[in-house]
Amino acid sequence: MTAATVSPSRSRQALGRWKLPIGVVIALVVAYALLYGGVIYQSHVLSIPTTAAKALDQAQQQMINALTIGAIYALIALGYTMVYGIIELINFAHGDVFMCGSFVSWWLLTTLGFSGAISNPVLLTVVLILAFAVSMVVMGVVGVVIERVAYRPLRNAPRLAPLITAIGVSFILQNIVFVVVSNSLINSPQILPNPIIRFGPISIREINLFVIVLAVALMIALQAFITRTRLGRAMRSTAIDREAAQLMGVDINTTIALTFFIGSALAGAAGVVQGLYFGITVFNIGFQAGLKAFTAAVLGGIGNTTGAALGGFVIGYLEVLSSVYGYGQWSEAAVFGTLVLVLVFRPTGILGQQTADRA
Amino acid sequence: MTAGTDVAGTTTSAGDAPAILHAEGVTKRFGGLVAVRNVSFDIPEGSIVSLIGPNGAGKTTFFNVIAGLIDPSEGFISFLGERMVARSVRAWAEPFFWLAPSVVAAVVGIGLGSVGSRVGLDVAVLAAVLLLIVSLLTAIVRPPWYVRLLIRAGVFRSAKPNEVVNRGISRTFQNIRLFQNMTALENVLVGMHSRMRANLIDSAFRLRRHRREETEMREEGRRWLAYVGLEGRDDALARNLPYGDQRRLEIARALASHPRLLLLDEPTAGMNPVETSHMTALFGQIRSELGITILLIEHDMRVVMGVSDRVTVLDHGETIAEGTPEVVRANPLVIEAYLGKGAAS
Amino acid sequence: MTSMLASNPTIREARSFLRRHQSLSILISVGIIAALLPIVATVPPFSGFGNQRDFVGGFADAGVFVLLALGLNVVVGLAGLLDLGYAAFFAIGAYTFAYSASGYTGLDVPFWPMLLVGAFVAAMFGILLGAPTLRLRGDYLAIVTLGFGEIVPVVFLNASAFTNGTNGITGISQPNLYGLFGIHGFGFTNPWLYYFTVFGIIMLTTMILYRLQDSRIGRAWVAIREDELAAASMGINTVTTKLLAFAIGASTSGLAGVFYASKLATVTPDQFGFTVSFTALSMVVLGGMGNIWGVSVGAFVIYEIQSQGLKQLNNLVQTARLPTLHLGPVTIDWATINFLNYQYLLYGLALVLMMLLRPEGLFPSRRRREELHEVDIEPSEIEPSEIGPGALGGEP
Repeated sequence: MTAATVSPSRSRQALGRWKLPIGVVIALVVAYALLYGGVIYQSHVLSIPTTAAKALDQAQQQMINALTIGAIYALIALGYTMVYGIIELINFAHGDVFMCGSFVSWWLLTTLGFSGAISNPVLLTVVLILAFAVSMVVMGVVGVVIERVAYRPLRNAPRLAPLITAIGVSFILQNIVFVVVSNSLINSPQILPNPIIRFGPISIREINLFVIVLAVALMIALQAFITRTRLGRAMRSTAIDREAAQLMGVDINTTIALTFFIGSALAGAAGVVQGLYFGITVFNIGFQAGLKAFTAAVLGGIGNTTGAALGGFVIGYLEVLSSVYGYGQWSEAAVFGTLVLVLVFRPTGILGQQTADRA
Repeated sequence: MTAGTDVAGTTTSAGDAPAILHAEGVTKRFGGLVAVRNVSFDIPEGSIVSLIGPNGAGKTTFFNVIAGLIDPSEGFISFLGERMVARSVRAWAEPFFWLAPSVVAAVVGIGLGSVGSRVGLDVAVLAAVLLLIVSLLTAIVRPPWYVRLLIRAGVFRSAKPNEVVNRGISRTFQNIRLFQNMTALENVLVGMHSRMRANLIDSAFRLRRHRREETEMREEGRRWLAYVGLEGRDDALARNLPYGDQRRLEIARALASHPRLLLLDEPTAGMNPVETSHMTALFGQIRSELGITILLIEHDMRVVMGVSDRVTVLDHGETIAEGTPEVVRANPLVIEAYLGKGAAS
Repeated sequence: MTSMLASNPTIREARSFLRRHQSLSILISVGIIAALLPIVATVPPFSGFGNQRDFVGGFADAGVFVLLALGLNVVVGLAGLLDLGYAAFFAIGAYTFAYSASGYTGLDVPFWPMLLVGAFVAAMFGILLGAPTLRLRGDYLAIVTLGFGEIVPVVFLNASAFTNGTNGITGISQPNLYGLFGIHGFGFTNPWLYYFTVFGIIMLTTMILYRLQDSRIGRAWVAIREDELAAASMGINTVTTKLLAFAIGASTSGLAGVFYASKLATVTPDQFGFTVSFTALSMVVLGGMGNIWGVSVGAFVIYEIQSQGLKQLNNLVQTARLPTLHLGPVTIDWATINFLNYQYLLYGLALVLMMLLRPEGLFPSRRRREELHEVDIEPSEIEPSEIGPGALGGEP
């Protein structure tokens, strides 16, 4: 087959390299402006007078809030997108893995006796590492077990079967927590103290900084793992063509198990963050968070890890935006509306590739 | 030989029956890959035409264009003189054409509403919402009258697979795509779907049209099964049939819609010589007894040489030869492109 | 073994007799069941669980879920569209009746025609909510329907100006026979009236669904589930066929909603959450997807287990005096345990086990069972004519 491709001219190529950073800057400016507008709008609606400086400051806070919430969704979305990329299954139970992660960290912190901010930095570091490590490992193992027991036997079954199983697992997880722990809101210890750090004109709370930095670090680590290690290559090749990968000697079962482990561990980390940042968790938090994170994964391009991260931040932003304009209760509807629009008009997402028609 | 389009819009090939199908400059690109490049040809009515070429030459892609599964990037297909499959007005603009009436309805409604009194506002907005919903549904469901309206407005859209069937083209698939868990008779009955008129109400209340159609169609279905050599196998599940019988069932299913043109995609693939000659005889029967035109994708040269009236050869998406089987077989370009099975003989 | 039984001539004759007089046999069988159930309730051990009146009331509630399962069966079982937001149509049917026959709007439209109106309105919304999903693959379709299933109750909750928000609509009127059989309004004290009403609705619905299944549209649904591309290539308009599946599926939900609103006299948004959709899906999956009888029986049995069985289990365990368990901040106290809280856990477990062990459900249709397990042809069933030249043909 002759492949006819058209290459852009040199100048267009050069311009193309700047498209992304310029786009990002424009997007950030627009995002900020919308938040600012929302703050002003709300102050009118609630008849609370405010100054431009105060409004700007509030907008900044909301932006940081959006990044933090977005980081949580991004971490969860990564799990969705990795699993979908490798076995083409929407893991309905993934949101509940996140929820379980938050409960694990709550349980750990409460059993160890902590209930509020820890001032000793050494102790704080140790406890944080412990909480994350335990949560991530436990949820990683849970993810692997779920895959082994509920999804692997159905790998070749008609598509409906693993979907239904996934829903079943989701309900099992939710209801175990519901019955064994509690059916109401749990207060999770917020062990991070809350001083505000200033970087020039930007003031950010320590906890926000921590969350954002942690999430970005985890995402970078994941990206490095996927692109540079042998196991990461195995994951990518399995996602592209399972049979070919098998023929090349890749152990499919281990690779898939690894994918679930990593995805669930990230969700577990998100769960710890949930407890630290919001201070609360409840048995059915996974359902909504899962739906939003899945939207994020689809928005960014399902199967694409960078896309999932991007999508997470966008969804986090949308959520904050709707609450800033006073429509917080409709945020779920807004996110879901985004999902429908994306699926109808651009199902491959922002960063996804257009799949060619099969002849 | 000259081919042209006359005033009435029917296209002809000189020296043959009028062309039942005319492909003009059909091109299909997948991203940077050109699968089919500027293919034009005619299929004379009542003939058997074979489309051959090495693997990856674009034959099945071309088939899928005719069958309405794929929109061509350029060019068009016309069947029985009417244009049927063509590149639609810039694909990205299509949603706007569908949504335009809805947008207009919304704007009009809101405009009326904001001008009117309080009561008028509610009613007008309600009317606008209803109009919006109706036009959105029309855009999704795309009923034929809406399509005709749009064509008259200058917006063209390619025929979808089920519309292609309604016009009189049916097909089989390269990899058998029977409804595996339905019986042979049920498969054939699905093939008759486009000819049956019983709707929801008829079926729900077992009105006469439903009863009559079910009896008549089942009878006819059994006759089609017998015609292809599957007599008495009505209740066999498609997946339990032997391979050769599955191929025959696919043909019976395709015939059930009473097509004028039958597209067969490698119908004898995987068959032994005895089976192949039975199938070849069947094709001849279909052409002479039923008057159905056949377009065949084939790799087996015995079939191609044995039954075709005309042969078109594709390679790398382009037509490299066209004519009677003898002419094509001797064409050095064709021999060079590939040595098909039995070509030496 | 079962296939040899199926080829038994007497059974074949019986089956074809039933098929020819299908509608009548359905009416009669449902009638017999409706007559037998209250009698079974008076027999031990069931008689020990409660009195007959309570049972009959429970059966009427179970009937609501049977209707839901029947409708979802069309969407999931026949057409293969995994709808996770089915409760939305239930809500729409219920609120439609609430608007037309309560103090809230002041209208008082009679129950019986409203059944048809509710079914129709729900069907319209079935088309509306199904439309965006038409081009989506199975997984995405599930998520989008899930989202719709979430949004509809949220709309009912937040649009308080129209729907009275969390308090919902109360004072909905009951069915009225206007003196027929000497009965006027149904009231709240006589469960028998509701029982026979819902079974009457079930009877008619089942009959119509069977007829649709065994017709051009039914075959089109199954063809789409089997292979959508091939179905379209056979002349089936997949858009209208799928929308019809959504519409028909939603319409039974509408029927159920109207009946439910009338029996309960109140509708609130929290009655129609994901748990309802999930329960209906469990019933369809466990009962046997695609099998009308299977899902009806499955729905009924599951509902009864849920409402009666778990209660009895509670009694059993609470009186057994098992020691309390302590695990860190978590405590399990057997004396106060309430298995009703576990019902969704059990559904989840049941779904997972079912998919792993018996995906065709408890009462599968023959087609489904063969689809999900490779059913071998018994040697006795191969006729000589099957072994011909074609059988020796090469494999693909």
